[in-house]
Amino acid sequence: MNDHIHLKCEELLGSLSAYIDGDLAPALCQELEKHLEGCDNCRVVLNTTKRTIELVHSPVERSELPADVRERLFKRLNLDDYLTAKSGPQSQ
Amino acid sequence: MPNEMSLEKLIAGDRAEFARLVDAYSSPIYRLGFKMLGNEQDAEDVLQNTFINALTHLSNFEGRSSIATWLYRIAANEALMMIRKRKPELSLELEAQESETESLEDVKPGVFADWSGLPEDELLSSEGKKLLDTAIGNIPENLRLVFVLRDIEGLSIKETADVLNLSETNVKTRLVRARMYLRERLSRYYAERLQEEER
Repeated sequence: MNDHIHLKCEELLGSLSAYIDGDLAPALCQELEKHLEGCDNCRVVLNTTKRTIELVHSPVERSELPADVRERLFKRLNLDDYLTAKSGPQSQ
Repeated sequence: MPNEMSLEKLIAGDRAEFARLVDAYSSPIYRLGFKMLGNEQDAEDVLQNTFINALTHLSNFEGRSSIATWLYRIAANEALMMIRKRKPELSLELEAQESETESLEDVKPGVFADWSGLPEDELLSSEGKKLLDTAIGNIPENLRLVFVLRDIEGLSIKETADVLNLSETNVKTRLVRARMYLRERLSRYYAERLQEEER
């Protein structure tokens, strides 16, 4: 595998992100997929970019607010009365 | 905004409703602060300042954007203000909007090892998680803010553009650059791991 990308790859690079999001115009999509069939490097960039985004979407990146931070926030906002139960959108 | 939350009550100063708003959005706003500033104390400052600011100005909220967009905008500005205090030289770069070049030259891929098949438990081990967090923290600030809103918090391109007052094209460009930057950082690390496994 070559350790560089060609001019065609550079042109399509900006489209990879939109392609992953399913947000690429059909004509460009076809052009990109045709290019991917014959370009190992672009396939690797696509696979690893997809994987990168999946990792970012994983639950470990979506940690909840620590309880002590919530408590200080409510006190700062003079909302102490509402501290006991989490007053999220599901509760009444 | 969750459907059952009442904008009328919020604007009228209903404290219970405001508490529900705080609970609905404090986690994403704290995460945004943490990803942008890189430490818990600054993240908490962003969080508190955002809701103090919201509470102060809620009565003037005109509903031209959703309340979520409005809150994220306040939070993003709070985070940017704190970054500017730390690094005044970044101001111009952060404010660069439509004039920003669309060139991908600085994020052109240079590592082509396919690590995408590595097992999840390796990629999300404590070491993998630390690597990911450090790499996210190293994305240039003006790209990172777009990345956090779109890829971590799951806002749409349009919502992200509304929050940051950028064009959708500009958001897309910044997102591509942020993703490429992050991919390259992870690839450098995992390429070495793959080489070690082959030995």
